[in-house]
Amino acid sequence: MKTSLPWKLWARQVMAILRIELAKNFKRKRAIPVYVLAFLPFLLWQTHSLVHIRGWRTCSGSEDLMVYAGVFQVFVLRLAIFFSAVAIFMNLFRGKIVEKTLHYYFLAPVRREVLVVGKYLSGVAMMVIVFGAGTALSYLTAVNHLKLTASRAVVPAAMADLPVYVGVTALACLGYGAVFLVTGLLFRNPIVPAVAILSWESIIVFLPAVLKKFSVIFYLESLCPVKVPFHGPGLLFTITAEPTPAYLSVPGLILLTLALLALAALRIRKMEISYGTE
Amino acid sequence: MSGGRIVFEDVSKFYGDVLGVNRVNLSIPPGITALVGPNGSGKTTLMNLITGLVRPTRGRISVLGISPDDPERLFKVVGYCTQFDSFPRGKTGYEFLYSSLRLHGKSHAEARELTMTALELTGMTDAAGRRVAAYSKGMRQRIKLAHAICHQPSVLVLDEPLNGLDPMARAEAIALFRSLAAEGLHVIISSHILHEVDCISDQVVLLNSGYVVAEGQIQAVRSEMNQEHPLQIMVRCSRPGALASRVFTLDHVVEVRMHADGRGLLASTRNPDLFYQALNQAVLEGLIDIESVAPADDDVHSVYQYLIGNEGEAL
Repeated sequence: MKTSLPWKLWARQVMAILRIELAKNFKRKRAIPVYVLAFLPFLLWQTHSLVHIRGWRTCSGSEDLMVYAGVFQVFVLRLAIFFSAVAIFMNLFRGKIVEKTLHYYFLAPVRREVLVVGKYLSGVAMMVIVFGAGTALSYLTAVNHLKLTASRAVVPAAMADLPVYVGVTALACLGYGAVFLVTGLLFRNPIVPAVAILSWESIIVFLPAVLKKFSVIFYLESLCPVKVPFHGPGLLFTITAEPTPAYLSVPGLILLTLALLALAALRIRKMEISYGTE
Repeated sequence: MSGGRIVFEDVSKFYGDVLGVNRVNLSIPPGITALVGPNGSGKTTLMNLITGLVRPTRGRISVLGISPDDPERLFKVVGYCTQFDSFPRGKTGYEFLYSSLRLHGKSHAEARELTMTALELTGMTDAAGRRVAAYSKGMRQRIKLAHAICHQPSVLVLDEPLNGLDPMARAEAIALFRSLAAEGLHVIISSHILHEVDCISDQVVLLNSGYVVAEGQIQAVRSEMNQEHPLQIMVRCSRPGALASRVFTLDHVVEVRMHADGRGLLASTRNPDLFYQALNQAVLEGLIDIESVAPADDDVHSVYQYLIGNEGEAL
Protein backbone atom coordinates (compact mmCIF):
# COMPACT_ATOMS: atom_id res chain seq x y z
CA MET A 1 0.00 0.00 0.00
CA LYS A 2 1.39 3.37 -0.99
CA THR A 3 1.37 6.00 1.74
CA SER A 4 1.94 9.66 1.00
CA LEU A 5 4.68 11.55 2.80
CA PRO A 6 3.55 14.10 5.43
CA TRP A 7 4.89 17.17 3.58
CA LYS A 8 2.45 19.52 5.34
CA LEU A 9 3.62 18.39 8.77
CA TRP A 10 7.27 18.71 7.73
CA ALA A 11 6.62 22.20 6.39
CA ARG A 12 4.95 23.18 9.70
CA GLN A 13 7.91 21.76 11.62
CA VAL A 14 10.43 23.57 9.42
CA MET A 15 8.49 26.80 10.02
CA ALA A 16 8.54 26.14 13.79
CA ILE A 17 12.31 25.59 13.68
CA LEU A 18 12.72 28.75 11.60
CA ARG A 19 10.71 30.74 14.15
CA ILE A 20 12.87 29.47 17.00
CA GLU A 21 16.22 29.77 15.25
CA LEU A 22 15.85 32.89 13.15
CA ALA A 23 15.17 35.20 16.08
CA LYS A 24 18.15 33.69 17.90
CA ASN A 25 20.42 34.01 14.86
CA PHE A 26 19.68 37.72 14.58
CA LYS A 27 19.89 38.48 18.31
CA ARG A 28 22.97 36.56 19.39
CA LYS A 29 26.25 38.36 20.06
CA ARG A 30 27.95 36.22 17.45
CA ALA A 31 25.87 38.05 14.81
CA ILE A 32 27.52 41.42 15.49
CA PRO A 33 30.69 40.71 13.45
CA VAL A 34 28.41 39.37 10.70
CA TYR A 35 26.56 42.71 10.54
CA VAL A 36 29.87 44.58 10.52
CA LEU A 37 31.26 42.44 7.69
CA ALA A 38 28.04 42.67 5.67
CA PHE A 39 27.73 46.46 5.84
CA LEU A 40 31.42 47.39 5.70
CA PRO A 41 31.38 47.67 1.87
CA PHE A 42 28.31 49.91 2.14
CA LEU A 43 30.22 52.23 4.51
CA LEU A 44 33.21 52.11 2.17
CA TRP A 45 31.10 53.19 -0.83
CA GLN A 46 29.27 55.80 1.20
CA THR A 47 32.65 57.30 2.10
CA HIS A 48 33.79 57.04 -1.51
CA SER A 49 30.69 58.79 -2.85
CA LEU A 50 31.02 61.48 -0.18
CA VAL A 51 34.61 62.08 -1.26
CA HIS A 52 33.38 62.46 -4.85
CA ILE A 53 30.44 64.73 -3.95
CA ARG A 54 32.75 67.00 -1.95
CA GLY A 55 34.88 67.24 -5.09
CA TRP A 56 37.99 65.74 -3.53
CA ARG A 57 38.22 63.09 -6.22
CA THR A 58 36.81 62.54 -9.69
CA CYS A 59 35.33 59.12 -10.33
CA SER A 60 35.44 57.01 -13.46
CA GLY A 61 32.48 54.70 -14.02
CA SER A 62 34.39 51.74 -15.43
CA GLU A 63 37.09 52.03 -12.76
CA ASP A 64 34.53 52.20 -9.93
CA LEU A 65 32.61 49.21 -11.23
CA MET A 66 35.86 47.25 -11.53
CA VAL A 67 36.80 48.21 -7.96
CA TYR A 68 33.33 47.20 -6.78
CA ALA A 69 33.74 43.82 -8.50
CA GLY A 70 37.16 43.41 -6.83
CA VAL A 71 35.82 44.29 -3.38
CA PHE A 72 32.84 42.00 -3.92
CA GLN A 73 34.86 39.01 -5.09
CA VAL A 74 37.79 39.33 -2.72
CA PHE A 75 36.26 40.83 0.41
CA VAL A 76 32.53 39.94 0.32
CA LEU A 77 32.71 36.46 -1.19
CA ARG A 78 36.11 35.20 -0.04
CA LEU A 79 36.22 36.75 3.42
CA ALA A 80 32.98 38.29 4.72
CA ILE A 81 30.50 35.60 3.68
CA PHE A 82 33.08 32.88 4.23
CA PHE A 83 33.82 33.81 7.86
CA SER A 84 30.20 34.68 8.63
CA ALA A 85 29.19 31.24 7.37
CA VAL A 86 31.83 29.74 9.66
CA ALA A 87 30.36 31.62 12.63
CA ILE A 88 26.70 30.92 11.84
CA PHE A 89 26.57 27.47 10.30
CA MET A 90 29.28 25.70 12.25
CA ASN A 91 27.39 26.57 15.40
CA LEU A 92 23.93 25.51 14.25
CA PHE A 93 24.51 22.11 15.84
CA ARG A 94 27.93 22.47 17.47
CA GLY A 95 26.68 25.45 19.51
CA LYS A 96 23.75 23.40 20.81
CA ILE A 97 26.10 20.61 21.81
CA VAL A 98 28.28 23.07 23.71
CA GLU A 99 25.15 24.58 25.33
CA LYS A 100 23.88 21.07 26.05
CA THR A 101 20.48 21.83 24.55
CA LEU A 102 20.52 19.75 21.38
CA HIS A 103 18.52 17.01 23.11
CA TYR A 104 15.44 19.25 23.17
CA TYR A 105 15.34 19.02 19.38
CA PHE A 106 16.07 15.31 19.47
CA LEU A 107 13.19 14.76 21.91
CA ALA A 108 10.62 16.28 19.55
CA PRO A 109 8.67 14.19 17.04
CA VAL A 110 10.70 15.65 14.21
CA ARG A 111 12.71 13.68 11.66
CA ARG A 112 16.34 14.58 12.03
CA GLU A 113 16.46 15.32 8.29
CA VAL A 114 13.72 17.92 8.83
CA LEU A 115 15.74 19.35 11.68
CA VAL A 116 18.79 19.71 9.41
CA VAL A 117 16.71 21.46 6.75
CA GLY A 118 15.04 23.77 9.28
CA LYS A 119 18.26 24.81 10.96
CA TYR A 120 20.10 25.20 7.65
CA LEU A 121 17.31 27.38 6.25
CA SER A 122 17.37 29.54 9.38
CA GLY A 123 21.08 30.18 8.81
CA VAL A 124 20.57 30.80 5.09
CA ALA A 125 17.66 33.17 5.72
CA MET A 126 19.68 35.21 8.19
CA MET A 127 22.77 35.34 5.94
CA VAL A 128 20.81 36.14 2.77
CA ILE A 129 18.85 38.91 4.48
CA VAL A 130 21.97 40.50 5.99
CA PHE A 131 24.39 40.04 3.10
CA GLY A 132 21.71 40.56 0.44
CA ALA A 133 20.89 43.92 2.04
CA GLY A 134 24.60 44.76 2.45
CA THR A 135 25.36 43.92 -1.19
CA ALA A 136 22.31 45.75 -2.55
CA LEU A 137 22.99 48.88 -0.48
CA SER A 138 26.70 49.01 -1.33
CA TYR A 139 26.04 48.43 -5.04
CA LEU A 140 23.28 51.04 -5.18
CA THR A 141 25.61 53.52 -3.45
CA ALA A 142 28.47 52.66 -5.80
CA VAL A 143 26.31 53.02 -8.91
CA ASN A 144 24.11 55.94 -7.84
CA HIS A 145 26.92 58.37 -7.27
CA LEU A 146 28.04 57.76 -10.87
CA LYS A 147 24.94 59.72 -11.93
CA LEU A 148 26.83 62.80 -10.83
CA THR A 149 29.87 62.00 -12.99
CA ALA A 150 30.71 61.99 -16.65
CA SER A 151 30.16 58.21 -16.57
CA ARG A 152 26.43 58.59 -15.94
CA ALA A 153 25.74 56.67 -19.17
CA VAL A 154 26.92 53.41 -17.60
CA VAL A 155 24.35 53.63 -14.79
CA PRO A 156 21.37 51.89 -16.50
CA ALA A 157 23.55 48.98 -17.65
CA ALA A 158 25.21 48.76 -14.24
CA MET A 159 21.83 48.68 -12.48
CA ALA A 160 20.97 45.57 -14.46
CA ASP A 161 23.81 43.81 -12.61
CA LEU A 162 22.28 44.45 -9.17
CA PRO A 163 20.12 41.28 -9.13
CA VAL A 164 23.15 39.29 -10.33
CA TYR A 165 25.29 40.51 -7.43
CA VAL A 166 22.47 39.82 -4.94
CA GLY A 167 21.90 36.42 -6.53
CA VAL A 168 25.61 35.51 -6.30
CA THR A 169 25.54 36.65 -2.66
CA ALA A 170 22.59 34.35 -1.98
CA LEU A 171 24.31 31.44 -3.73
CA ALA A 172 27.47 32.08 -1.69
CA CYS A 173 25.39 31.89 1.50
CA LEU A 174 23.79 28.64 0.29
CA GLY A 175 27.10 27.05 -0.72
CA TYR A 176 29.32 28.09 2.16
CA GLY A 177 26.41 27.51 4.56
CA ALA A 178 26.16 23.87 3.50
CA VAL A 179 29.95 23.42 3.62
CA PHE A 180 30.20 24.72 7.18
CA LEU A 181 27.04 22.99 8.40
CA VAL A 182 28.67 19.66 7.49
CA THR A 183 32.05 20.75 8.84
CA GLY A 184 30.45 21.68 12.17
CA LEU A 185 28.97 18.18 12.39
CA LEU A 186 32.18 16.39 11.47
CA PHE A 187 34.74 18.32 13.51
CA ARG A 188 34.81 19.36 17.15
CA ASN A 189 37.21 22.24 16.58
CA PRO A 190 35.95 24.43 13.73
CA ILE A 191 39.16 26.45 13.33
CA VAL A 192 41.27 23.76 11.64
CA PRO A 193 38.75 22.82 8.92
CA ALA A 194 37.85 26.51 8.38
CA VAL A 195 41.52 27.36 7.78
CA ALA A 196 41.91 24.33 5.51
CA ILE A 197 38.87 25.32 3.42
CA LEU A 198 39.98 28.96 3.28
CA SER A 199 43.42 27.83 2.07
CA TRP A 200 41.86 25.61 -0.57
CA GLU A 201 39.57 28.39 -1.79
CA SER A 202 42.59 30.74 -1.92
CA ILE A 203 45.03 28.48 -3.81
CA ILE A 204 42.40 27.32 -6.27
CA VAL A 205 43.52 30.04 -8.69
CA PHE A 206 46.88 28.27 -9.05
CA LEU A 207 45.39 24.81 -9.55
CA PRO A 208 44.44 23.02 -12.77
CA ALA A 209 40.97 23.58 -14.19
CA VAL A 210 39.73 20.17 -13.09
CA LEU A 211 40.51 20.92 -9.41
CA LYS A 212 39.00 24.39 -9.58
CA LYS A 213 35.61 22.71 -10.00
CA PHE A 214 35.83 21.40 -6.41
CA SER A 215 35.57 24.89 -5.04
CA VAL A 216 32.60 27.12 -4.23
CA ILE A 217 34.40 30.34 -5.15
CA PHE A 218 35.15 29.14 -8.70
CA TYR A 219 31.42 28.86 -9.51
CA LEU A 220 30.61 32.12 -7.74
CA GLU A 221 33.27 34.09 -9.62
CA SER A 222 32.07 32.56 -12.87
CA LEU A 223 28.67 34.09 -12.17
CA CYS A 224 29.94 37.57 -11.34
CA PRO A 225 29.06 40.14 -14.02
CA VAL A 226 32.52 41.80 -14.01
CA LYS A 227 35.67 39.70 -14.24
CA VAL A 228 38.52 40.91 -12.08
CA PRO A 229 41.98 40.34 -13.59
CA PHE A 230 44.62 38.78 -11.35
CA HIS A 231 47.58 41.07 -10.61
CA GLY A 232 50.96 40.71 -8.93
CA PRO A 233 53.88 38.27 -9.10
CA GLY A 234 51.57 35.30 -8.51
CA LEU A 235 50.14 35.92 -11.96
CA LEU A 236 52.93 33.72 -13.40
CA PHE A 237 51.59 30.71 -11.51
CA THR A 238 47.90 31.14 -12.16
CA ILE A 239 46.10 28.74 -14.43
CA THR A 240 43.21 30.26 -16.29
CA ALA A 241 40.14 28.13 -16.70
CA GLU A 242 37.12 28.80 -18.82
CA PRO A 243 34.44 30.25 -16.57
CA THR A 244 31.57 27.85 -16.08
CA PRO A 245 28.39 29.16 -17.70
CA ALA A 246 25.53 30.17 -15.40
CA TYR A 247 23.32 27.31 -16.57
CA LEU A 248 25.93 24.93 -15.14
CA SER A 249 27.22 26.99 -12.20
CA VAL A 250 23.87 27.59 -10.55
CA PRO A 251 22.59 24.00 -10.70
CA GLY A 252 26.12 22.84 -9.84
CA LEU A 253 26.18 24.88 -6.66
CA ILE A 254 22.66 23.83 -5.74
CA LEU A 255 23.55 20.17 -6.33
CA LEU A 256 26.68 20.58 -4.20
CA THR A 257 24.52 22.14 -1.47
CA LEU A 258 21.99 19.30 -1.63
CA ALA A 259 24.77 16.69 -1.50
CA LEU A 260 26.26 18.38 1.57
CA LEU A 261 22.83 18.58 3.24
CA ALA A 262 22.31 14.88 2.58
CA LEU A 263 25.68 14.20 4.21
CA ALA A 264 24.67 16.37 7.19
CA ALA A 265 21.37 14.48 7.46
CA LEU A 266 23.20 11.14 7.47
CA ARG A 267 25.54 12.39 10.18
CA ILE A 268 22.74 13.77 12.34
CA ARG A 269 20.69 10.58 12.01
CA LYS A 270 23.51 8.66 13.69
CA MET A 271 24.30 11.32 16.25
CA GLU A 272 23.97 10.36 19.91
CA ILE A 273 23.65 12.72 22.82
CA SER A 274 26.69 12.33 25.05
CA TYR A 275 27.61 15.86 26.05
CA GLY A 276 30.18 14.55 28.49
CA THR A 277 32.40 13.27 25.73
CA GLU A 278 31.97 16.24 23.40
CA MET B 1 -1.70 2.14 22.99
CA SER B 2 -0.63 2.56 26.60
CA GLY B 3 -1.56 -1.10 27.09
CA GLY B 4 1.66 -1.99 25.24
CA ARG B 5 5.06 -2.55 26.79
CA ILE B 6 8.53 -1.19 26.64
CA VAL B 7 10.68 -4.09 25.56
CA PHE B 8 14.46 -4.55 25.67
CA GLU B 9 15.70 -7.64 23.85
CA ASP B 10 19.28 -8.56 24.68
CA VAL B 11 20.32 -4.91 24.61
CA SER B 12 23.93 -3.86 25.20
CA LYS B 13 25.46 -0.44 24.97
CA PHE B 14 29.17 0.26 25.00
CA TYR B 15 30.71 3.73 24.92
CA GLY B 16 33.93 2.75 23.20
CA ASP B 17 35.45 0.29 25.65
CA VAL B 18 33.25 1.42 28.52
CA LEU B 19 30.20 -0.66 29.35
CA GLY B 20 26.93 1.21 29.61
CA VAL B 21 24.53 -1.70 29.98
CA ASN B 22 24.95 -5.34 29.01
CA ARG B 23 22.51 -8.00 27.87
CA VAL B 24 19.42 -6.28 29.18
CA ASN B 25 16.13 -8.10 28.73
CA LEU B 26 13.13 -6.24 30.08
CA SER B 27 9.43 -6.00 29.42
CA ILE B 28 8.03 -3.01 31.26
CA PRO B 29 4.26 -2.84 31.74
CA PRO B 30 2.21 0.31 32.38
CA GLY B 31 2.48 1.82 35.86
CA ILE B 32 5.41 3.30 37.73
CA THR B 33 8.70 1.51 37.22
CA ALA B 34 11.70 2.66 39.20
CA LEU B 35 15.24 2.20 37.94
CA VAL B 36 17.45 1.82 40.98
CA GLY B 37 21.19 1.48 41.21
CA PRO B 38 24.36 3.27 42.22
CA ASN B 39 26.01 5.92 40.09
CA GLY B 40 27.28 4.46 36.84
CA SER B 41 24.99 1.44 37.06
CA GLY B 42 23.34 2.22 33.72
CA LYS B 43 20.07 3.93 34.71
CA THR B 44 20.52 6.97 32.48
CA THR B 45 21.84 4.78 29.65
CA LEU B 46 18.64 2.72 29.79
CA MET B 47 16.56 5.90 29.65
CA ASN B 48 18.60 7.32 26.80
CA LEU B 49 18.17 4.03 24.95
CA ILE B 50 14.38 4.16 25.38
CA THR B 51 14.33 7.66 23.92
CA GLY B 52 16.84 7.09 21.13
CA LEU B 53 19.34 9.64 22.47
CA VAL B 54 21.85 6.80 22.33
CA ARG B 55 21.70 3.73 20.10
CA PRO B 56 22.19 0.17 21.31
CA THR B 57 25.45 -1.51 20.31
CA ARG B 58 23.50 -4.75 20.17
CA GLY B 59 19.90 -5.84 20.63
CA ARG B 60 16.51 -4.31 19.96
CA ILE B 61 14.27 -1.87 21.80
CA SER B 62 10.59 -1.26 21.25
CA VAL B 63 8.46 1.37 22.97
CA LEU B 64 4.79 0.45 22.61
CA GLY B 65 5.78 -1.18 19.34
CA ILE B 66 7.74 1.84 18.08
CA SER B 67 11.47 1.80 17.43
CA PRO B 68 13.49 4.61 19.06
CA ASP B 69 14.96 5.15 15.56
CA ASP B 70 11.63 6.65 14.52
CA PRO B 71 11.47 9.97 16.41
CA GLU B 72 8.52 11.19 14.40
CA ARG B 73 6.27 8.49 15.93
CA LEU B 74 8.17 7.90 19.16
CA PHE B 75 7.97 11.39 20.63
CA LYS B 76 4.26 11.66 20.01
CA VAL B 77 3.95 9.08 22.81
CA VAL B 78 7.12 9.63 24.85
CA GLY B 79 8.11 12.50 27.11
CA TYR B 80 11.59 12.60 28.66
CA CYS B 81 12.74 14.69 31.59
CA THR B 82 16.52 14.43 31.33
CA GLN B 83 19.20 15.06 33.94
CA PHE B 84 20.74 17.85 31.83
CA ASP B 85 20.21 21.12 33.64
CA SER B 86 20.45 23.29 30.53
CA PHE B 87 17.86 25.24 28.57
CA PRO B 88 17.65 27.21 25.32
CA ARG B 89 18.96 30.69 26.03
CA GLY B 90 16.70 33.65 26.65
CA LYS B 91 13.42 31.76 26.82
CA THR B 92 10.72 32.17 29.45
CA GLY B 93 9.10 29.08 30.90
CA TYR B 94 6.04 29.67 28.72
CA GLU B 95 8.08 30.17 25.54
CA PHE B 96 10.13 27.06 26.29
CA LEU B 97 7.04 24.84 26.40
CA TYR B 98 5.14 26.67 23.66
CA SER B 99 7.97 26.47 21.12
CA SER B 100 8.44 22.79 21.90
CA LEU B 101 4.75 22.15 21.23
CA ARG B 102 4.91 24.08 17.95
CA LEU B 103 7.75 21.78 17.01
CA HIS B 104 5.38 18.89 17.69
CA GLY B 105 3.24 20.32 14.90
CA LYS B 106 0.57 21.77 17.22
CA SER B 107 -1.39 24.83 16.13
CA HIS B 108 -1.01 28.11 18.03
CA ALA B 109 -4.24 27.53 19.98
CA GLU B 110 -3.42 23.90 20.82
CA ALA B 111 0.13 24.77 21.86
CA ARG B 112 -1.11 27.59 24.05
CA GLU B 113 -3.70 25.41 25.77
CA LEU B 114 -1.33 22.48 26.33
CA THR B 115 1.35 24.84 27.65
CA MET B 116 -1.04 26.32 30.21
CA THR B 117 -2.20 22.83 31.28
CA ALA B 118 1.39 21.62 31.79
CA LEU B 119 2.32 24.78 33.70
CA GLU B 120 -0.67 24.33 35.95
CA LEU B 121 0.03 20.64 36.61
CA THR B 122 3.59 21.43 37.67
CA GLY B 123 2.72 24.53 39.66
CA MET B 124 4.64 26.84 37.35
CA THR B 125 1.85 29.12 36.13
CA ASP B 126 3.01 32.10 38.19
CA ALA B 127 6.62 31.80 37.01
CA ALA B 128 5.72 31.18 33.34
CA GLY B 129 6.60 34.71 32.23
CA ARG B 130 10.06 34.69 33.80
CA ARG B 131 13.19 33.60 31.99
CA VAL B 132 14.21 30.01 32.73
CA ALA B 133 17.76 31.24 33.39
CA ALA B 134 16.43 33.04 36.48
CA TYR B 135 14.66 29.98 37.88
CA SER B 136 15.77 28.19 41.04
CA LYS B 137 16.97 24.58 40.82
CA GLY B 138 13.53 23.33 41.91
CA MET B 139 11.74 25.50 39.35
CA ARG B 140 14.07 24.32 36.58
CA GLN B 141 13.29 20.76 37.57
CA ARG B 142 9.57 21.49 37.42
CA ILE B 143 9.73 23.22 34.04
CA LYS B 144 11.64 20.20 32.70
CA LEU B 145 8.86 18.02 34.05
CA ALA B 146 6.29 20.29 32.38
CA HIS B 147 8.25 19.95 29.13
CA ALA B 148 8.11 16.15 29.42
CA ILE B 149 4.34 16.03 30.00
CA CYS B 150 3.14 18.99 27.94
CA HIS B 151 2.28 16.95 24.83
CA GLN B 152 0.37 14.41 26.95
CA PRO B 153 2.55 11.35 26.28
CA SER B 154 1.75 7.71 27.04
CA VAL B 155 5.28 7.01 28.25
CA LEU B 156 7.01 9.32 30.66
CA VAL B 157 10.72 8.83 31.27
CA LEU B 158 12.01 10.77 34.26
CA ASP B 159 15.68 10.87 35.18
CA GLU B 160 16.01 11.85 38.85
CA PRO B 161 12.85 13.98 38.64
CA LEU B 162 12.71 14.72 42.37
CA ASN B 163 16.20 16.22 42.57
CA GLY B 164 16.17 19.76 43.86
CA LEU B 165 12.49 19.76 44.79
CA ASP B 166 11.41 20.88 48.24
CA PRO B 167 9.27 18.45 50.30
CA MET B 168 5.99 20.04 49.22
CA ALA B 169 6.95 19.97 45.54
CA ARG B 170 8.15 16.36 45.92
CA ALA B 171 4.81 15.33 47.34
CA GLU B 172 3.00 17.11 44.50
CA ALA B 173 5.27 15.53 41.89
CA ILE B 174 4.75 12.06 43.37
CA ALA B 175 0.98 12.61 43.38
CA LEU B 176 1.21 13.66 39.72
CA PHE B 177 3.21 10.54 38.79
CA ARG B 178 0.68 8.37 40.59
CA SER B 179 -2.28 9.97 38.86
CA LEU B 180 -0.59 9.62 35.46
CA ALA B 181 0.20 5.96 36.17
CA ALA B 182 -3.40 5.43 37.26
CA GLU B 183 -4.48 6.71 33.84
CA GLY B 184 -2.50 3.84 32.28
CA LEU B 185 0.75 5.63 31.46
CA HIS B 186 4.17 4.05 31.65
CA VAL B 187 6.14 6.15 34.12
CA ILE B 188 9.82 5.22 34.26
CA ILE B 189 11.66 6.92 37.11
CA SER B 190 15.24 6.76 38.21
CA SER B 191 16.01 7.86 41.71
CA HIS B 192 18.63 7.59 44.38
CA ILE B 193 16.13 8.15 47.15
CA LEU B 194 15.04 4.64 47.94
CA HIS B 195 12.29 5.30 50.42
CA GLU B 196 10.60 7.50 47.81
CA VAL B 197 11.06 4.81 45.18
CA ASP B 198 9.45 2.42 47.63
CA CYS B 199 6.44 4.68 48.04
CA ILE B 200 6.02 5.46 44.36
CA SER B 201 6.80 2.42 42.30
CA ASP B 202 4.72 -0.51 41.20
CA GLN B 203 7.82 -2.36 40.07
CA VAL B 204 11.56 -1.87 40.22
CA VAL B 205 14.53 -2.63 38.01
CA LEU B 206 17.70 -2.96 40.06
CA LEU B 207 20.90 -2.22 38.15
CA ASN B 208 24.51 -2.66 39.04
CA SER B 209 27.57 -2.10 36.83
CA GLY B 210 25.46 -2.17 33.68
CA TYR B 211 23.60 -5.38 34.51
CA VAL B 212 19.99 -5.85 35.58
CA VAL B 213 20.30 -7.71 38.88
CA ALA B 214 16.59 -7.93 39.65
CA GLU B 215 13.27 -6.76 38.27
CA GLY B 216 9.59 -6.97 39.10
CA GLN B 217 7.38 -6.07 42.03
CA ILE B 218 9.55 -5.47 45.05
CA GLN B 219 7.84 -8.13 47.20
CA ALA B 220 8.25 -10.70 44.43
CA VAL B 221 11.93 -9.79 44.07
CA ARG B 222 12.31 -10.05 47.84
CA SER B 223 10.65 -13.45 48.05
CA GLU B 224 13.08 -14.83 45.46
CA MET B 225 15.87 -13.95 47.85
CA ASN B 226 14.44 -15.72 50.90
CA GLN B 227 16.90 -18.61 50.76
CA GLU B 228 19.96 -16.41 50.64
CA HIS B 229 18.59 -13.56 52.72
CA PRO B 230 15.84 -14.83 55.07
CA LEU B 231 12.96 -12.39 55.46
CA GLN B 232 12.92 -10.54 58.77
CA ILE B 233 9.51 -10.24 60.40
CA MET B 234 8.86 -7.95 63.33
CA VAL B 235 6.16 -9.21 65.72
CA ARG B 236 4.91 -6.95 68.52
CA CYS B 237 3.04 -9.12 71.02
CA SER B 238 2.49 -10.16 74.59
CA ARG B 239 4.89 -12.88 75.86
CA PRO B 240 7.48 -12.59 73.10
CA GLY B 241 9.69 -15.07 74.98
CA ALA B 242 7.07 -17.80 74.59
CA LEU B 243 6.68 -17.01 70.92
CA ALA B 244 10.46 -17.06 70.48
CA SER B 245 10.61 -20.55 72.01
CA ARG B 246 7.86 -21.73 69.69
CA VAL B 247 9.20 -20.36 66.41
CA PHE B 248 12.79 -21.28 67.17
CA THR B 249 11.84 -24.94 66.80
CA LEU B 250 10.79 -24.34 63.18
CA ASP B 251 13.30 -25.42 60.49
CA HIS B 252 12.81 -22.36 58.31
CA VAL B 253 13.44 -19.89 61.12
CA VAL B 254 17.14 -19.11 61.18
CA GLU B 255 17.32 -16.38 63.80
CA VAL B 256 15.17 -14.84 66.50
CA ARG B 257 16.08 -11.66 68.31
CA MET B 258 14.17 -10.13 71.19
CA HIS B 259 13.24 -6.50 70.88
CA ALA B 260 15.05 -4.20 73.32
CA ASP B 261 11.79 -3.10 75.04
CA GLY B 262 10.82 -6.71 75.67
CA ARG B 263 7.50 -6.32 73.82
CA GLY B 264 8.35 -7.98 70.56
CA LEU B 265 10.77 -10.03 68.53
CA LEU B 266 12.44 -10.05 65.15
CA ALA B 267 12.44 -13.42 63.43
CA SER B 268 14.34 -14.34 60.25
CA THR B 269 12.66 -16.98 58.13
CA ARG B 270 13.24 -18.64 54.80
CA ASN B 271 9.55 -19.46 54.48
CA PRO B 272 7.34 -16.53 55.49
CA ASP B 273 4.11 -18.41 54.67
CA LEU B 274 4.88 -21.18 57.14
CA PHE B 275 5.96 -18.58 59.69
CA TYR B 276 2.64 -16.75 59.44
CA GLN B 277 0.80 -20.08 59.82
CA ALA B 278 2.75 -20.79 63.00
CA LEU B 279 1.94 -17.32 64.26
CA ASN B 280 -1.79 -17.88 63.64
CA GLN B 281 -1.57 -21.17 65.48
CA ALA B 282 0.07 -19.47 68.47
CA VAL B 283 -2.72 -16.91 68.60
CA LEU B 284 -5.43 -19.57 68.32
CA GLU B 285 -3.84 -21.49 71.15
CA GLY B 286 -3.89 -18.33 73.29
CA LEU B 287 -0.12 -18.37 73.60
CA ILE B 288 0.20 -14.71 72.64
CA ASP B 289 -1.81 -11.56 71.86
CA ILE B 290 -0.54 -9.82 68.75
CA GLU B 291 -0.22 -6.05 68.51
CA SER B 292 1.36 -5.89 65.04
CA VAL B 293 3.16 -8.01 62.45
CA ALA B 294 5.24 -6.51 59.64
CA PRO B 295 8.08 -7.57 57.39
CA ALA B 296 11.15 -5.55 58.31
CA ASP B 297 13.23 -5.92 55.14
CA ASP B 298 11.01 -6.29 52.11
CA ASP B 299 11.46 -2.73 50.94
CA VAL B 300 13.59 -1.42 48.08
CA HIS B 301 16.30 -0.31 50.46
CA SER B 302 16.79 -3.78 51.91
CA VAL B 303 16.66 -5.48 48.53
CA TYR B 304 19.18 -2.92 47.27
CA GLN B 305 21.47 -3.60 50.21
CA TYR B 306 21.28 -7.35 49.73
CA LEU B 307 21.79 -7.32 45.97
CA ILE B 308 24.11 -4.42 45.50
CA GLY B 309 25.46 -3.97 49.00
CA ASN B 310 27.81 -1.17 49.78
CA GLU B 311 29.03 -0.75 46.20
CA GLY B 312 26.34 1.87 45.90
CA GLU B 313 26.60 4.97 48.02
CA ALA B 314 24.52 5.43 51.14
CA LEU B 315 21.00 6.16 50.02
